[in-house]
Amino acid sequence: MTDGAALRTPASPSDAHPGGEPLLRVENVVKRFPIRRGIFFKRQIGSVHAVDDVSLEVRSGETVGIVGETGCGKSTLARCVTRLHPLTSGRVIFAGADISRMSPRQMRPYRRRMQMIFQDPYGSLNPRRRVGSIIGDPLAIHGVSEGQERRRQVQELMERVGLNPEHYNRFPAEFSGGQRQRIGVARALALRPTLVVCDEPVSALDVSVQAQIINLLEDLQTDFGLTYIFIAHDLSVVEHVSDRVAVMYLGKIVETAGTSALFGTPRHPYTVALLSAAPVADPERARVAQRVILEGDVPSPIAPPPGCRFHTRCPRAQPICATEEPPLEVKAGDPEGHLTACHFPLLAGETMVGAAPGVAAPPPITSSEGPAA
Amino acid sequence: MTLLSVRDLRVSFPTSDGVVRAVRRLSFDVEAGRTLGIVGETGSGKSVTALSLLGLNPGADISGSALFEGRDLLTLGADEMRRVRGADIAMIFQDPLSSLHPYYRVGWQISEAIRAHARVSRGEAMSRAVDLLRLVSIPQPERRVSAYPHELSGGMRQRAMIAMALALRPKLLIADEPTTALDATVQAQLMELLGAMQEELGMALIIITHDLGLVASAADQVLVMYAGRAAEKADTTSLFYSAHHPYTRGLLGSIPGATGAGGRLVPIHGNPPSLINLPRGCAFHPRCEFAMDVCVREQPDLAPVTGGPGHESACWLPPEMVGVAPAVDDARRRHAARRGRASLGRPAPDAQTVGGAATHD
Repeated sequence: MTDGAALRTPASPSDAHPGGEPLLRVENVVKRFPIRRGIFFKRQIGSVHAVDDVSLEVRSGETVGIVGETGCGKSTLARCVTRLHPLTSGRVIFAGADISRMSPRQMRPYRRRMQMIFQDPYGSLNPRRRVGSIIGDPLAIHGVSEGQERRRQVQELMERVGLNPEHYNRFPAEFSGGQRQRIGVARALALRPTLVVCDEPVSALDVSVQAQIINLLEDLQTDFGLTYIFIAHDLSVVEHVSDRVAVMYLGKIVETAGTSALFGTPRHPYTVALLSAAPVADPERARVAQRVILEGDVPSPIAPPPGCRFHTRCPRAQPICATEEPPLEVKAGDPEGHLTACHFPLLAGETMVGAAPGVAAPPPITSSEGPAA
Repeated sequence: MTLLSVRDLRVSFPTSDGVVRAVRRLSFDVEAGRTLGIVGETGSGKSVTALSLLGLNPGADISGSALFEGRDLLTLGADEMRRVRGADIAMIFQDPLSSLHPYYRVGWQISEAIRAHARVSRGEAMSRAVDLLRLVSIPQPERRVSAYPHELSGGMRQRAMIAMALALRPKLLIADEPTTALDATVQAQLMELLGAMQEELGMALIIITHDLGLVASAADQVLVMYAGRAAEKADTTSLFYSAHHPYTRGLLGSIPGATGAGGRLVPIHGNPPSLINLPRGCAFHPRCEFAMDVCVREQPDLAPVTGGPGHESACWLPPEMVGVAPAVDDARRRHAARRGRASLGRPAPDAQTVGGAATHD
């Protein structure tokens, strides 16, 4: 593991798990952030339900996309998975070990096998440190190598992600956004992780540069046998990179399936609305596409609606949706991996257009006000 | 009918590092009631163009002309410009939180815009503000007029911005990245709203964006900008299916699901150039897969290509080489090879422009 020269070889056998056990299993993870008031004596007056009872499996070598809108909990989930946030409850099982309650010391060997790439290539690199030392940090922290050897490893990494190794001594400010993101990728790869959590890795980049980074991530996955959790709000990017996709709404997974199934036969009304809202860079397809325009805004995660959390905006909602939470399960005729949490999923050939409220208000199911200030 | 006619617009900013040439010899027309999409990446000059039209670029050297209903916007005095701004031409900005004043209530800010241009009482302006908020589908407009910007969600703030922009029924609305900061479903709501408003008021719309997806569904015509110049100009359909300029072609190859993208994305190599130190000849040549000797020597002007009526491209490749099919790329490559491949070497993926350093191979 400590052998940096083995950088180019695929994942070592020790990373594989017998019996088809997934690399990562997330079980009923809950994350709440307390809201406190008071100056001297802080009382907790409520909590933000950021992630609520989420379960997910990630198999070795695959890319699982997580999509959803601002505040749906996708980034929080990523941070729970990598233990950057402590969990409120639930378990995270990585490489066969329950890491959800581990002490920082116990976590160390696992940390080096799971790394993160962040969204903002400006905020995630210390502007006062040189690129070489930023990328070499993980190697130093985990005592993998030092001196000339570390320098050699860092330059090898730089070369691999398409940076000029001679720029070892430059500062982040001397690089463009796309190159900075390459620095972030090199840093994440330094310890030869098995799981890389990419949190909106290309959202801050220009279109032409975005494609460079996507291609780079794909190449690295093949070369190093990486497993990705890929978080993004850009559906076309997620569709392009992912094997499986999970859709989140207000802290819950509402639907998960193989990429082609999810984009081809979405079941959950929210998935349908989300997919139809995504702009398509093809005028003909855009013309024939029928948009489902949702009413209002996402409700506040401090007091999420009872029952199905989407019912306040759902064009298909019935009274039961406001009272009973639908389980995430296989719906009629779907393959095993296609799970939907909805009382009234869309069936084959059904469209939501026409049922969509358009400009009219959604059916009054509850007295609660939909959009939150 | 042509509402706005921009000719030879040049905008540059003197800085201590040198002159930033943000817009260079840009010409375009906006037809009344139609939508023009201006597409480009960071630093392509698309926002500077819009700000210059409205006289919001203090410190810039601006030349050229911008005829709006017969008057040249670039030569208007400050008072005249103030009357045009808001009343005839309104603008929506990308970030609704920083373009609304945090200290004043939303209704007050909208009614202020009305009262600046029309002689109406405070009360009447306020009731018009309520109507406008209702028009942009803000729920409970009577209550929301007295909300502060921070009390509204991102989508609602942008709706409030649209309400303010529409307050005086402008003939032209310039939307600078109107939905970039917003989620997909909210973005869809707002584009639907803008379309409905455009129909109702019969106004023309300029959408400035980096998102080709937005343009595909919303614009009638598209202007693609690169390094301050027009790279390609065409009807939307023609641009997406018969792209001529290698930059446009490259953009289409970079977006998953676009007309020009196949299984693996085909990114454009390198990074956009520095506007202080522009490459010689065509500014795109260092990143262009089909660069020829002529591209390094001479800057091409917009010229008609065979994509469709009014389709123009600023590229030395033959005008009939349009489209995003691999066969067309092959033809472009063969042509470039025959005409003398520019002796550039293949730019490395990280061809550096920011630090001014050389590429490596």
